[in-house]
Amino acid sequence: MLKLTGVTKTFGPGTVNEKRALDGIDLHLAPGAFATIVGSNGAGKSTLFHAIAGVFFPDQGSVLLGGEDITFKPEHRRSREMGRLFQDPMKGTAPHMTIEENLALAYLRAGRHQHAYFSRTSRADRAFFRDQLAKLDMGLEDRMKQPVGLLSGGQRQALTLLMATMVPPKILLLDEHTAALDPATADKVLRITREVVAEHKITTMMVTHNMHQALELGDRTLMMDRGRIVLDIQGEERKNMTVKDLLERFRAGAGKDLDNDRILLS
Amino acid sequence: MLLSVVTLRTALEMGAIYSLVALALFISFSILNIADLSTDGCYTLGFAVGATVTLAGHPFLALPAAMLAGALSGFVTAFLQTKLGVESILAGIIVNTGLYTVNLAVMGWSSNLSIFGTDTLLSLVKGLSSAKVWTDWSTLILLGTVLAAAAVLVGLFFRTRLGLSIRATGDNADMVRASSIDPAFTITVGLCVANSLTGLAGCLTGLVNKSCDINLGTGMVTVALASLIIGETMFGRFSMGLRILGTIVGACIYRIVIALALAADVPTECFKLVSALIVAAAIAMPQGRKLIALQRQKLARRKEGAKC
Repeated sequence: MLKLTGVTKTFGPGTVNEKRALDGIDLHLAPGAFATIVGSNGAGKSTLFHAIAGVFFPDQGSVLLGGEDITFKPEHRRSREMGRLFQDPMKGTAPHMTIEENLALAYLRAGRHQHAYFSRTSRADRAFFRDQLAKLDMGLEDRMKQPVGLLSGGQRQALTLLMATMVPPKILLLDEHTAALDPATADKVLRITREVVAEHKITTMMVTHNMHQALELGDRTLMMDRGRIVLDIQGEERKNMTVKDLLERFRAGAGKDLDNDRILLS
Repeated sequence: MLLSVVTLRTALEMGAIYSLVALALFISFSILNIADLSTDGCYTLGFAVGATVTLAGHPFLALPAAMLAGALSGFVTAFLQTKLGVESILAGIIVNTGLYTVNLAVMGWSSNLSIFGTDTLLSLVKGLSSAKVWTDWSTLILLGTVLAAAAVLVGLFFRTRLGLSIRATGDNADMVRASSIDPAFTITVGLCVANSLTGLAGCLTGLVNKSCDINLGTGMVTVALASLIIGETMFGRFSMGLRILGTIVGACIYRIVIALALAADVPTECFKLVSALIVAAAIAMPQGRKLIALQRQKLARRKEGAKC
């Protein structure tokens, strides 16, 4: 589904701040794959997502999504087929618009009629939104006319997740999307994530700093360091792996200890 | 009576026109979160184009022509900020400056233009009946109809997919970047719609006043902002319908306050100061309310404390 070949990006080339953020990334994700990504501070995890999402264009290499070369496709055009969630729950929704309007926006943009600029939310759409909201089990289906700004961070993140997956995207990029939530809410959002991804078999990448989560969720774990993927674990090997094994393998792969001040080892 | 019927009617007529400019600012300032300072020039452009088209013998074409001219000016402002990376405030100022010359050119390189004695949309509508009630009120009825149509259309528009995208653009830039909305496109459409309303308002002013002057648009942005803020203070920022209604009511209130000042024999020289004071008062109102509420709370607390 997703294929990165030799993706390289250097920020501030030729200056003292020159930083090779991505260094020849090769990655192939099969349709329906769910990969978790861990790594040190500044290892390039978010930068990798930005390259896939088109926030910037890579200096070298190519990005293929579903067989289509999207290396130089503008960000807003690829986001039709991409769902993205950020750590900050405030980033994914428009606070002064109602829940229904936010959903309508997400639904209409990903829908089939890309040029129906003047289409409006129909009664059937509304009923569909209600059903989808009910699945979140947060009581949001009864608050559809309320502005999103009134929701809690967890509710907003769950709503963002729904908006990103209501029309299943080709790939879902989760950038520590539960890191800013309290543990109970984080668990809930994580459960919803798991259900939604499994239901639609969405190809997913998730950055996390929780090592336990990295092994528990999905079917593949990638570790990054200094702009490279230093470790790629899947299949049998991953099943029997403990957090301790993972850290040891990282040390062997990167030649140093994993240093991330937010890492959770439990 | 404080205000005569005629004064009130004139105030409402001007209020209806100013409502259109306030609606334009509602779109650019409240919804898109862009301070569009090209309003003054665009307003003048509207009546320069409207008056010229009317003089050329096309009274019905005046309104659409003025709207088109306004939309074009909005497009230029949007182009500067979305494609050329000019800061939005600066883009407005640049366009405003440029429009001064454009307006002079449209008016045939003269700083004022009179349409006395020419058939205008207003005079044609007025001529439909010779009854006194009709000749007195036809202008207000026509302006009210245009305003109502504009308000309804704006309200409907912001519920469509394109409208929702425009609202999201002003509401959460991060979200827009991550979804398939092209902010350059939505800003352009938003500013075109907003400025077409400004142009329409300018055209209507010219028709009502039967003359236009190159400087008549000066200070328009302040006036419209005042109307917008009065409305927002009174009606809150909840539903789109209420916000649009608030904007219109705000503009009418503003004109009525001005009419009151006129009736109280405030010299014309002081008018800009009166306008500025109204704007300042309107903007300060929410903060003032908060302060009063806080003082009340403190007072209540003190009383409770005295009891213990």
